[in-house]
Amino acid sequence: MPNMKIPRTDMPQQDPAVRAKNFLEVATGYTMQMALDEASRCLNCKHKPCVDGCPVNIDIPNFIHMITQEKFEDAYQVISESSSLPAVCGRVCPQESQCESKCVRGIKTEPVAIGRLERFCADYHNENNTEKATKPESNGHKVAVIGSGPSGLTCAGDLAKKGYEVTIFEALHTPGGVLVYGIPEFRLPKAIVRKEVENLQDLGVDVQTNMVIGRVLSIDELMDMGYEAVYIGSGAGLPRFMNIPGENLNGVYSANEFLTRTNLMKAYKDNSTTPIMKAKRVAVVGGGNVAMDAARSALRLGAEEVSIVYRRSEAELPARAEEVHHAKEEGIIFRTLTNPTEIIGDENDAVKALRCVEMELGEPDASGRRRPVVKEGSEFEIPMDCVIMSIGTSPNPLIKQTTEGLDTQTWGGIIADDDGLTSRPFVYAGGDAVTGAATVILAMGAGKKAAAAIDVAIQNK
Amino acid sequence: MYKIVSKQVLNPTVTKMEIEAPLVAKKAEPGQFIILRTDENGERIPLTVADYDREKGTVTIIFQIVGATTNHLNTFNEGDYIQDFVGPLGRPTHTEGLKKVAVVGGGVGCAIAYPVTKKLYDMGVEVHSVVGFRTKDLVILEDEFKNHSNVFKLMTDDGSYGEKGLVTNALEQLIKEGNQYDEVITIGPLIMMKFVCKLTKEYNIPTVASMNPIMIDGTGMCGGCRLTVGGETKFACVDGPEFDGHKIDFDEAIKRGQMYKEFEKHAYEESCNLLKKEVE
Repeated sequence: MPNMKIPRTDMPQQDPAVRAKNFLEVATGYTMQMALDEASRCLNCKHKPCVDGCPVNIDIPNFIHMITQEKFEDAYQVISESSSLPAVCGRVCPQESQCESKCVRGIKTEPVAIGRLERFCADYHNENNTEKATKPESNGHKVAVIGSGPSGLTCAGDLAKKGYEVTIFEALHTPGGVLVYGIPEFRLPKAIVRKEVENLQDLGVDVQTNMVIGRVLSIDELMDMGYEAVYIGSGAGLPRFMNIPGENLNGVYSANEFLTRTNLMKAYKDNSTTPIMKAKRVAVVGGGNVAMDAARSALRLGAEEVSIVYRRSEAELPARAEEVHHAKEEGIIFRTLTNPTEIIGDENDAVKALRCVEMELGEPDASGRRRPVVKEGSEFEIPMDCVIMSIGTSPNPLIKQTTEGLDTQTWGGIIADDDGLTSRPFVYAGGDAVTGAATVILAMGAGKKAAAAIDVAIQNK
Repeated sequence: MYKIVSKQVLNPTVTKMEIEAPLVAKKAEPGQFIILRTDENGERIPLTVADYDREKGTVTIIFQIVGATTNHLNTFNEGDYIQDFVGPLGRPTHTEGLKKVAVVGGGVGCAIAYPVTKKLYDMGVEVHSVVGFRTKDLVILEDEFKNHSNVFKLMTDDGSYGEKGLVTNALEQLIKEGNQYDEVITIGPLIMMKFVCKLTKEYNIPTVASMNPIMIDGTGMCGGCRLTVGGETKFACVDGPEFDGHKIDFDEAIKRGQMYKEFEKHAYEESCNLLKKEVE
């Protein structure tokens, strides 16, 4: 019988004052008892509304039921039937707007903490499982996957499980894509990503780093090399800037650069050779998850004051509620309804201040959100020594430039149908390269769909 | 891991290495660059392709010892392996349709100017090369340039070798002698390229400058290598590294290049101290 009496089990976490000064994981994870308590809240509904809310359709009531039976490894196996990266998704998925938003328990009280339970199962598996995945028997077909971010890893994993010979081509020196260069250690420890990549390698996936497809090899050359299909999961790409004066001053970063220096190039470690500015007063422009990551990283690197500068109101912040909450707990200042108009430099062209205007919300725009409009005469300056632009990205132009017949949107995104098929036969694409900046789980969902479609296309050749 | 096939000291601060990287060698063109990491904790540094041998599968790099990473790289020897070697990156130099070109190189930038000089010369283009160095001891690739140029001018700041003066003096003289160039290609220190571009603008000669800003991923992801060209923000790694020299905001690029100077100086000194300890 479901336990209707206990409230949703809180996630244990590091104290905000302590964690604001270290890069260790913020949320420390459920204990076994916490997992059992939380799992007991699940109604095990027959119509499983939560499953519809999951982009990869994990059989959620089933895995939670396994937890209540204390069959934690079995619970993990249920999740991994649908998801290649449970330990990652349990940490970074926006569950509150997906599975948990459909949970029946959420109508009267709070939804079951599905994400936290997923993480518990994945961590349990990683700690206790000694059995290595084995390479399935080969079906003799070769598929190339470009990019080792969430979408590429998922596509590769699903195909490898079906017996395909999969090679992942990664441009950077470490596999993982945004999971490694973008999402900080305190939100997703890199050891977890490494483990997920190793699992794929155990399944027989060949991961080649330092391979910039479009330069070292083109998609046509991959096809000539015997790859029967190609999946493009090359990710988001070039950072956008606001085109306001002062954006090339010293001390202005794109969030991608700031996070890449910190995470991939390990500037957060004391003995790192990667230079990064140790700024005192930092402004992060933007309101998404990446902005939260950049702001919280800047704080941990020693900044005294970090502000999020966002042109709409708090209700419109695109970041996950949990990330906003964590950022506030740590002391990040939220300057909402504020828009930068200029970055002011000193005599050495280093950032000195950020000039902003106040905004108010007008009529709804194309996105359905109320359009922010400038309040007349509201201009003001905030002293700053570092500004991080986190206002999105536009797709990397390399593959488009070097692949004939690959149709793209005017803004650069690759055009693909529901299965991920592009304008080129046997060339599929998904994730941020198609949608523009989105979430890890949506990218995974696209990788999963494409893997299924690639399988059908090759089998019917 | 990528094997160092050969190593040659060109002058006290400049070293040439030939790296085994068959896939990169197969595609590399003059004007493109690679990114390398010496070891697992190293930084990613961009270096322009100095030469390539498609059959041997090797790419040649020439680097000046300016910071911790290049200092460390210089301790590697023939037969050693470096951790990462990615490329070819950036767009190749545009060479089509050119009939008469002046290539102006300065210092270690000559290492980058040489492959395009060679390519143009081999294509049958009339090539005038002007190379400049601070002093005689720092001269590199003299014979290589000589053998691939119709006119060759070597300048030193102190007059210890070749002619005394700046590359701009020699270039202006060539122009005044009546040479009409389709294009000037300039590669070297920012301040030199700035003045080369200023000069060619006066004479209305299209000029391409090869930029080497601070980079991290080099694949079009971080935006660290951005510069202003004709009032627009451009990314050297995917839009360049070569741009219309008359439109580049050199002053901004010079200031952006200084951003980590203190950090780099400190890291360099530390790496020198480490080396000293190893020797002791």
